Amino acid sequence: MSQLSGLYAIWLREVKVFFREYSRLIGSVLTPLLWLVVVGKGIGASIEDDASFGGVGYDTFIFPGILCMTVLFQSVFYGLYIVWDRKIDFLKEVLAAPLHRSTIFLGKVLGGVTDSMVQVTIIVILGYFIFPEVTYTVRSLTVVYLFMFLLAVTMTSIGLIIGSRMESPEGFSLVVSLVVFPMYFLSGALFLKRNLTSEAPYLYWATVANPVSYAVDAIRYTLLRGDGGRPIEAFNEFGLALDFAVLGGFCLVLLVIGTWAFRTMRL
Amino acid sequence: MGAIETHGLTKRFGELVAVDNLNLDVAEGEIFGLLGPNGAGKTTTISMLATLLGLDSGRASVAGYDVIDKPAKVREQIGIVFQDPSSDDILTGHENLYLHGLMYGVPRAIIPQRVEEALELVQLKGREDDLVRTYSGGMRRRLELARGLLHHPRILFLDEPTLGLDPQTRQRIWAHIESIVAERKVTIILTTHYMEEADRLCDRLAIIDFGRIVALDSPQTLKDTVGGDTVQLEVVNVEAAATALENLECVSRCETRDGRLDVAVQDVAQNLPAVFTAAGEIASFSVRNTTLDDVFLHYTGHDIRDESAEGVAKHMHRVRSVNR
Repeated sequence: MSQLSGLYAIWLREVKVFFREYSRLIGSVLTPLLWLVVVGKGIGASIEDDASFGGVGYDTFIFPGILCMTVLFQSVFYGLYIVWDRKIDFLKEVLAAPLHRSTIFLGKVLGGVTDSMVQVTIIVILGYFIFPEVTYTVRSLTVVYLFMFLLAVTMTSIGLIIGSRMESPEGFSLVVSLVVFPMYFLSGALFLKRNLTSEAPYLYWATVANPVSYAVDAIRYTLLRGDGGRPIEAFNEFGLALDFAVLGGFCLVLLVIGTWAFRTMRL
Repeated sequence: MGAIETHGLTKRFGELVAVDNLNLDVAEGEIFGLLGPNGAGKTTTISMLATLLGLDSGRASVAGYDVIDKPAKVREQIGIVFQDPSSDDILTGHENLYLHGLMYGVPRAIIPQRVEEALELVQLKGREDDLVRTYSGGMRRRLELARGLLHHPRILFLDEPTLGLDPQTRQRIWAHIESIVAERKVTIILTTHYMEEADRLCDRLAIIDFGRIVALDSPQTLKDTVGGDTVQLEVVNVEAAATALENLECVSRCETRDGRLDVAVQDVAQNLPAVFTAAGEIASFSVRNTTLDDVFLHYTGHDIRDESAEGVAKHMHRVRSVNR
């Protein structure tokens, strides 16, 4: 019981801090919009045949990828706060509490996931007005949020694990950039993974090993519909069941590693 | 059963021995001080007792629980005020206290009442809904003191509670600490490198230098061992004066520092003329009541603030770099 109120306290602190810093909210919406409008429209204008991207415009095509990008970046960079918390003495106050390290880790993860969900929701809402091909139904939104949640938990864990081992914010940013950009570009957010099999098979296998790919796959297949609301089979690259199993697996493994990382974290 | 017991407590950082074979026995309800210069191992000791840091050898029990075997039990019994500010400055004082209550297992129904109590104790009523970043250093310290007490710990650790505060604020914090002790039965372990602080607050005091206890007793007894008040003399012929003074019966100690003599004299009012006679030609003099500074000097051979002493500086630098 006391672990539960401790979990709630840690989560509540993160959420309060998040909503008190407006700049974080605004900044996080700007980048995805740039991608959608400038990159999406810009490259989209040079593509003659929409059929290469499953029959939708390029900006629509990357929309699910940009949702994942928002979650990915937001979640991983959330680990930066643990580096700051350790530099100042605030974390000691938490670590000296009669709470398990796993409770502390889980509370931090939930805090980061909440931040990411709030921010991606803004993009989801904007998408409704920008892209007519995007279909929001109760079912599609449930699937989309399930996968974004799993992705957020996975990525927040990675961020916190790296953060628990880094001494300085600069070091953290450097290491995280090395992780986050390959994960983003190799997720199929900006292209169809299937086309890589003949052109560059090693890149294809890199996308297969990337947890973000499975979120992009599931969300694109669920969200983008063809004429008459039929699913577009070109977007069904891995299949929803496999997407769920793999991403869920990554999620669990990283939660375990994260708990271990917090248990062995030095101040 | 003492509130805190340690046997041979030792912590190493690489080849540096930060805490060296420390034996403590703190009684329930006592204010116990750890006095020493920066880098003496005070914070490391507290971190080990609060289960934030592992230990390399020896044993330590807090509130009857072993810190290695039962860290969760220990953490239920203690409160800590850390050396550096650890309140969340983007939250209000009230929010900081409320979250602390949740984290430290105070039942939700009684948290509001505890928060009120705590705010009253440290006189922060009226400012509790302001962000902590608008607080002064002293207010922030008081908030952290209130927070450390919110869950009614049996043992409270205060790590340099008045570090970097101005003299008036320091006096107020001291008054708050004294009222805490008067109001409820709580054992306090306090680290400090301010002599006045240790002198005013502590029932007993361990003087720590390079991770070891060099003396342990009540402040008064420690001062008595130094042997009377100190007469500082600047004399023309230092060596002759020192020899003559050491032969006087009323002089318990005579030390030369920076070409100046520090002479511990019993019953100064009576014996001052004899001291002057023995000292020969005097350029200047002053008489000072014994403080814990003298005690520290007496036991360690160096001044507590004498950070230019090479050994201390080097030691400190290494401790600092390890703690970062």
